[in-house]
Amino acid sequence: MTVETGAPRQERDLRESHARGWRGVGWGFVAKLLMMALVNALGLSIIFAALNVEAWGILVASTALLIAADVIYFMRRTLPLKYIFPGLVFLLVFQVFVLGYTGYVAFTNYGTGHAGSMQQAVDAALIQDEQRVEDSPTYPLAVVDNGDEIGFAINADGEVSVGTETQPLEPVGGAVVDDAGTPVEVEGWEIVPRSALFTDQDLQNQVVALRVPVSDDAESGSIRTRDGSSGAIYNSTLEWDPDARTLTDTETGTVYEATDTGNFVAADGSSLPAGWVVTVGFDNFVDAVTDTALSGPLLKVTLWTFAFAILTVLTSFGLGLLFAIIYNDPRIRARRSLRTLFILPYAFPAFMSALLWRGMFNREFGIINDWFFFGADINWLGDPLLAKVVILWVNLWLSYPYWFLVCTGALQALPSETMEAARIDGAGRWRQFRSITLPLLMVSTAPLAIASFAFNFNNFTIIYMLTEGGPPFPGTSGLGSSDILISAIYSISGVDGGVANYGLASALSIVVFIVVGIISAIAFRQTRKLEEIQ
Amino acid sequence: MRKQIAWGAAFAATAALVAGCSSGDPEPAETSAAPETSESEAPAIDGTGAELVIWTDAEREEALATAAEQFEADTGATVTLVQKNFEDLRNDFIAQVPTGEGPDITVGAHDWLGALVTAGVVDTVDIGDKAADFQQVALDAMTYDGQLYGLPYSTEAIALIQNADLVGDTAPTTWDEMIEMSNEAGFEDRPFILFTNGTAGDGYSAYPLQTSFGSPVFVQDEAGSYTTEVGMGGEAGEAFAQFLYDNGSAGTGVFSDTIDYDTSNQLFASGESPFILQGPWMPFFDEGDMNLVVSPMVSAGGETAAPFVGVQGFYLSAQSENALLANEFLTNYMATEDAQRTLYEADPRLPALSALAEEVSADPITAGFVESAAAGVPMPSIPEMGNVWELWNAAEIQIITGADPVSTWNDMVAELEASIG
Repeated sequence: MTVETGAPRQERDLRESHARGWRGVGWGFVAKLLMMALVNALGLSIIFAALNVEAWGILVASTALLIAADVIYFMRRTLPLKYIFPGLVFLLVFQVFVLGYTGYVAFTNYGTGHAGSMQQAVDAALIQDEQRVEDSPTYPLAVVDNGDEIGFAINADGEVSVGTETQPLEPVGGAVVDDAGTPVEVEGWEIVPRSALFTDQDLQNQVVALRVPVSDDAESGSIRTRDGSSGAIYNSTLEWDPDARTLTDTETGTVYEATDTGNFVAADGSSLPAGWVVTVGFDNFVDAVTDTALSGPLLKVTLWTFAFAILTVLTSFGLGLLFAIIYNDPRIRARRSLRTLFILPYAFPAFMSALLWRGMFNREFGIINDWFFFGADINWLGDPLLAKVVILWVNLWLSYPYWFLVCTGALQALPSETMEAARIDGAGRWRQFRSITLPLLMVSTAPLAIASFAFNFNNFTIIYMLTEGGPPFPGTSGLGSSDILISAIYSISGVDGGVANYGLASALSIVVFIVVGIISAIAFRQTRKLEEIQ
Repeated sequence: MRKQIAWGAAFAATAALVAGCSSGDPEPAETSAAPETSESEAPAIDGTGAELVIWTDAEREEALATAAEQFEADTGATVTLVQKNFEDLRNDFIAQVPTGEGPDITVGAHDWLGALVTAGVVDTVDIGDKAADFQQVALDAMTYDGQLYGLPYSTEAIALIQNADLVGDTAPTTWDEMIEMSNEAGFEDRPFILFTNGTAGDGYSAYPLQTSFGSPVFVQDEAGSYTTEVGMGGEAGEAFAQFLYDNGSAGTGVFSDTIDYDTSNQLFASGESPFILQGPWMPFFDEGDMNLVVSPMVSAGGETAAPFVGVQGFYLSAQSENALLANEFLTNYMATEDAQRTLYEADPRLPALSALAEEVSADPITAGFVESAAAGVPMPSIPEMGNVWELWNAAEIQIITGADPVSTWNDMVAELEASIG
C-alpha cells in the first residue's frame, strides 16, 4: 500500500473496504449485512436452544461470542480481530470446550448408575417404585377441570366417580358416558378433551403427574393415567423429602439418604439403583493407580503403549529410510514405477488392511501359518507376546511407505555440493551417511517422527481392528495384553456395551493428553539443536 | 409449551433473517385449519402440533414408518424417526435423556434394561389386558424387579442348524448322537461349528451347552427374576468346563479359537461341517438355497439346553414431555397385531405376539427357532451381567485352548463374585 505524505483524510476513507459503509451501489455493505444476519440467526437459534434445555454455560458462552462478533464486525477499531475471530471461535468450540468438558467429566463419577441430576434420580426411584395394584381393572377415564384444579372422572362398572389430588374419588350422580364408557359430561366439571392434553404440554405433564387417591386410606392406592383415556390403581411406597434429601419407604420404614457419592443409601447398606452425577475430585486419578484390579493391567498397558509407539516409529522409519536410500541410487532402473508400488500399502485404508491381516493371521485358516510356517499351529492373535509382534508387524507394513516417501523427498533435497565435498575429502559411504546424510535428514524428518509417535500413541484403529486388545489379562479389568492406553480407555468408558465409567475414562485421557504433550514439547525442543547443524 | 415458544421464536428469527423480506408466518397453517371435531367421535384424537421423537435403527425404520404414518393420519401428531446405529442407541439414550435431548421412545434390546434402570432414564409401561397376547418369555425379559419397562416386539435365540444334504433331515437329540451323525457322514475333522468370536470367546453361543450341564450364569428366583447370585460355580460348572476342555484343542478339537463370524458362515455355507449353533441372523437364511433343518440345541450334559433369549422392544423415556402421546402410540398402535406384523415383514425376527409367532411358524425353519426360543431363558438384564461377559468369554476360550479347566473356571467364578461384591 502506498501512502502519500500529506494525503487528505478523504482519500484514506475512499481506500477503506467496501464493507465499511454505504457508498455507490453498496454491494459490499449489503453482502456483509447479509452474512452478519446469518451469523446472528445462527447465534440466536443456539441461544434459544440453550435457554430451552437450560444449559446456562452454553447460553452465556454463545451470547458472549455473538456480541463479540457483532462488535468486531461493526466497529472501526477492531480491524485485526476481524481476521482472527473466526479462527478463535473454532478453537474455543472444538478444542478448548472439548478439553474443558473432558476435564470436567474426569472429576465426576459419570458412568453406569450415575447419569443425571439428583432430581432425575428421585424421579426414577419414584417411577421404579410405583406399581400397579394387582388385579386392578382398567377404568375408562376422562380428565376434568373445574377452573381451579384438574381431576379424573372414572367409570367403575357404570358408576362415575370424580376426584382430584386432594379430594379422593367420590361418586357423582347424573354423569353421562359414551359408548366406550368414557365420561363425557360431569356436573360441576368441564371435561378436558383428549386433544387438548396432547397439544398443551404443561397440562399433559400435570395429568401424567396427577394421582387421585381412591379413598382416604393412603394404602388403597391412587388412580393414574398413562394415555389420558384409561386409568388404573397404582400403589407407591416411596416418599421424597426434598429438605432432608431422603427417600422413605413407607411400607418397611427404610430411609434412603442421599450420599456425597451420588447414591441413595439406607442404613443397612442397600441402595436404590439410580444415582446421579457428583464431582468426586481426584478419586478417578487415584483409583487408576490404587485400585489393584485396574492399576496392574493399566501399568502393563502404559508400558506397552510406549513400546508400541517407539518401536513403530523406529522400525518404520528405519525400513523407509533404507528403501529410500536404495531406490534413490541412480543405478537402479525403473525407479519411478518401483517407488509408486511402494506407496500401495499407504494408499490402502488402514482399517481394511488391519482386518485383512487379522484374517491372514488366523491360526487355523490364515495363510501366514499355511504358507510361511508349513501349516504350523502358531496362535498369532491368541498369545500375548505374538499378538504384540503381529501388531508391530502390521503397523510397520502400514507406515514404512510414509517414511519411504518422506525420506526420498528429503534425500533429493540434500545439497549435492556438501556430499561432493565429503567425497573429495575421502569420506567412505558409511561415514558420509553417518556424518552428513543422516543429520541433515533428521532436520526435516525429526518433527514428523514426533508427530508419528504422538499419532501411534493414540493409534486406536490398528489395535481395535487387529486384536481388539486381546488376548485378555486374567482378572476383572476387562483389558487385554495388546491394549494401548486409548483402546483401554475405550473399553473402560463402556461405549462398547459393558459397564461404563466415563469419569475414569476421561481422567485417563487427560493423563494421555499430558503425556503426549510433554513428550512432544521435550522432543521439539531437542530438534532445535539439530537445526544448528545447518 | 415454553419449549415450543422458544423454538418458534428462534425459528421465526432465523427464517426472517434468512429470507429477508419474507412475510410468511413460520407456524404451520394447519393449526387453525382443523375444526374441532365433535366430542362423540371420541376415539379420534387430535394431536396436531404435538411431536413424538422415536429413535430407531435402519432395519426397523421402514416398519416404524408405516405405523407412524397411520398414527399421524389418525391423530395429526408428527412422528419424527431418528435413525442411529443399533449399537449406539443404548449409550446415546443414557447420555441424552438426562440432558433433555433424548427421544420420547427408542427401539432397544431387553438386556439394556439394567443399565437403563440404573441410569434412571426409562419409564414403566402398562399394557394392561394386552399382556395376555404376548409370549411370557418376552414379557419376562422386559420386566425388571416386577415392573414392565418396555413393549416387546420380537424374540430371538440361537438354535441347532443342520445341513440336511450332508447328514439327512433327522435332527439329533443328544450331543453324542450329533457327533456320531457327523462322523458317519465323514466330518471327523469338524463335526460341529461353535462360534467363539475368534480368540475373544463367546459365552453367549456356548450357553445352551452350559445350561445342559445345569450351570446358569445367575440363579433365578421362584418368580423367574435373576438374582445377583452367580450360578456357575460348583460341580455343574466344573463339569461344563471339563466338557469344553475335552472338546477343545487339548481334546477332540471340536471347539477352537479360530471361528469368527465370517469364518463360521463360510465353513457352514461351503459344507465343511453339517452342524452349527447359530441364530436366525445368519446370511444363509436369506439365500434359501441350502437345505436346512433347524431344531433346539442338543443336550450335552443331560439337562435341557436352554439358549439365551434376546427380546427387542420399545422403551419410553423417563423424561418424555409427551408421555400421554407416547403411551398412546405404544399401547394403542404398536401393541396391535397389525403394527407388529408390519414390523415382522420389514425385519423378520420371531414375533413377541403369541398369535403372530404361531402364524409365522408355518415356515419350518422359523418354527425351529420359535421352538428353540421357547426352551430358552431370558438373557439376564441385571447390570451385574455387564461384569460377566469379559471374564466369562476369556475363561471359556482359555479352556478351549488348553488351560486347566477346573481351576480356570473356578478362578473366573471367584473373580466374578468379587467384582459383583
